[in-house]
Amino acid sequence: MPDSLETTLRNATIAVLVENEAGILARVVGLFSGRGYNIESLTVAPVDADRRLSRITIVTSGTDMVIEQIKAQLDRLVPVHKVSDLTLEGPHIARELALIKVVGKGEARMEALRLADAFRARVVDATIESFVFEMTGAGEKLDAFIALMRPIGLAEVSRTGVVAIARGPGGFEA
Amino acid sequence: MSATLQTAETRTMTGAEIVLQALKDNGVEVIFGYPGGAVLPLYDALFQQNAIRHILVRHEQAAVHAAEGYARSTGKVGVVLVTSGPGATNAVTGLVDALMDSIPVICLTGQVPTHLIGNDAFQEADTTGITRPATKHNYLVKDIRKLAGTVHEAFYVAKSGRPGPVVIDLPKDILIGKGPYSEAPQAPHRSYRPQTEPDMASIRAAVRLLKGARRPIVYAGGGVINAGPEASRLLNEFVHMTRMPCTNTLMGLGAFPAEDPQFLGMLGMHGTYEANLAMHGCDVMLNIGARFDDRVTGRLNAFSPNSKKIHADIDPSSINKNVKVDVAIVGDAGAVLKALIECWQADEQPQDRAAIAEWWRAIDGWRGTGCLQYRQEGSIIKPQHAVKRLYEITREMGRETFITTEVGQHQMWAAQYFGFQKPNRWMTSGGLGTMGYGLPAAMGVQIAHPDALVIDIAGEASILMNIQEMGTLAQYRLPVKVFILNNEYMGMVRQWQELLHGSRYSESYSEALPDFVRLAEAFHARGMRVTEASQLDDAIREMIAHPGPVIADIAVAKDENCFPMIPSGAAHNEMILAPGQKGGVTGVTDEGKVLV
Ligand SMILES: Cc1ncc(C[n+]2csc(CCOP(=O)(O)OP(=O)(O)O)c2C)c(N)n1
Ligand SMILES: [Mg+2]
Repeated sequence: MPDSLETTLRNATIAVLVENEAGILARVVGLFSGRGYNIESLTVAPVDADRRLSRITIVTSGTDMVIEQIKAQLDRLVPVHKVSDLTLEGPHIARELALIKVVGKGEARMEALRLADAFRARVVDATIESFVFEMTGAGEKLDAFIALMRPIGLAEVSRTGVVAIARGPGGFEA
Repeated sequence: MSATLQTAETRTMTGAEIVLQALKDNGVEVIFGYPGGAVLPLYDALFQQNAIRHILVRHEQAAVHAAEGYARSTGKVGVVLVTSGPGATNAVTGLVDALMDSIPVICLTGQVPTHLIGNDAFQEADTTGITRPATKHNYLVKDIRKLAGTVHEAFYVAKSGRPGPVVIDLPKDILIGKGPYSEAPQAPHRSYRPQTEPDMASIRAAVRLLKGARRPIVYAGGGVINAGPEASRLLNEFVHMTRMPCTNTLMGLGAFPAEDPQFLGMLGMHGTYEANLAMHGCDVMLNIGARFDDRVTGRLNAFSPNSKKIHADIDPSSINKNVKVDVAIVGDAGAVLKALIECWQADEQPQDRAAIAEWWRAIDGWRGTGCLQYRQEGSIIKPQHAVKRLYEITREMGRETFITTEVGQHQMWAAQYFGFQKPNRWMTSGGLGTMGYGLPAAMGVQIAHPDALVIDIAGEASILMNIQEMGTLAQYRLPVKVFILNNEYMGMVRQWQELLHGSRYSESYSEALPDFVRLAEAFHARGMRVTEASQLDDAIREMIAHPGPVIADIAVAKDENCFPMIPSGAAHNEMILAPGQKGGVTGVTDEGKVLV
């Protein structure tokens, strides 16, 4: 039964180079919702002002067949220049940035600071009853730090979602 | 500012003039449209020129279907012009129809002026938002300097790669404002460059499989038709030189001649017994320009279980979408066929002719079932017979004939009993299954082929969905023939209710039908009603001979079902045949019931 063989899910981090134009994000997001694909994280920003290019990083999951579909579907959008499955195409670096607000007094404050130091989180705002930490890293590292802050006084979290790039000299040209 | 330099490349015009100039430069001769406030500047510009003819439809959905009929029957891009708001939303069904069937259409929509966008202005709709998933691509032009380039690009996008509909949303201030005109750019598109030439390694892999095949089959779809008539000629050549059986999808009918002995008929849900069993039993399948649609494959995990599959498609996203294949070929169907022929001839490996002959004996056995046989007895006209006689009579007359259909049983009977010898003669709504497609599509075909015989094979329910277009036929003296197989039921719905829902005919009876003869007359057309089998041939001849539009209301058997049928969720070898025919099975599984 060919379709039941195709049930193992995998994660994929997909980089998409697109024209920086109105509506492009709606096209990509609409494609995912319309075809029922997962989006675990999506980030977008212009990366080349002269050539009007933006880069989208999408973390998704699916069977190999579905991930192939996602790439092919993205690739046929008219303003898409290039699509790359970073997970498949070799080693890559994935990073995320989080801003984490922790509220508390006394010993809790000290504990928060000690842990932040251990995780290399930076204090970017402080009052006598709060901190905002900035932290960059792999998603799991952020998750771990946030989990530790919860009993101490976690008040608010803002995360960017994943950005990723392949290791080594190879480029991702339009 | 100094006076603008007027060279051939940059002339200053109004936005409306720029649009028309760009249409002309892209070879447009006719557009189908309906006016309104937001597009009045374009209508004013149209009024002041003669190069482009405007056909005034009676509903914007019909404008898109007409453009589809025009495009499918000519291979050109069909062009539509509608106003903002309701004009654009009315066009949406047609756009999705063109998207599903890969038809190149450009739809110009009016829009409120740029400074009002987002303010819920009168007749404002978020047209690019609404049509994003309804089109191959869409544009909102907010800068007149980009207008000409956008129209040129829209033509390129609509017709290159896998064709499809493109919307250009045109705010009124852009149409009124002045800006530069530029010719179509020579440089390749920045990001959209679909592959048309196949990769030779995949061609060689395909030929290796096909040469070694003992039970091969060619399964060709609408992609062959979209690739132009030369692709159909090459398909012919390839199938003959390889002695393989060939089946066509609903969209592909005409790509291979119906009367060729190597043709097995249409495949899929209402395909022939021989085509479906050959698909099920083959050892190598060559899919060219088709997309393993669910109407074709039936239950996926039972689809052609023992074959190696080769899939050639211009759209890489069609490959490995539903069915995992062994050899993928990305390219234009014509280019792929040409490469396959050359590679086949150069390849030394002999074909196992004895095995192929054996395969043909099996196929001939299935053919012997006569799955499309029916008995025309008594005075009640069988719908199959009506289509068959229509086919035979038009064939005797030898006139260039184009067929469109609505959606339902009559559509399937048309596909089964009307033989197409050439591509671009058959227009039907395949992917979306849009009732109301046939009459406006026929209009578009007739505009493109004024002297041809154009017939819409219709159902009495579907025809009412765009019946207002009888007015357009009258205005432009388009002699389209509407051939209604009137079974007084939404027959296809009734058939599913009979087979899947215990014959509970919920809301599928065509109650309170109009008198189609008087309805035709009200629209200045000829009306005919036929109730006796003995009158059928004469009525068909009379309909064809009449120089103007005709509605022929053919009263047919009310409870006829369309067979063969692969019920939803069943496999190709689990076909239901007509009562009295041997070889099929009966029944629909519970899993099948959830499918459409
Ligand atoms: C716009 C639209 N609405 C509903 C359907 C569902 N549908 C498919 S066939 C059919 C009945 C068509 O009846 P008729 O035109 O009389 O054709 P018949 O099947 O009787 O030949 C319906 C309602 C559809 N395909 N399109
Ligand atoms: Mg009917």
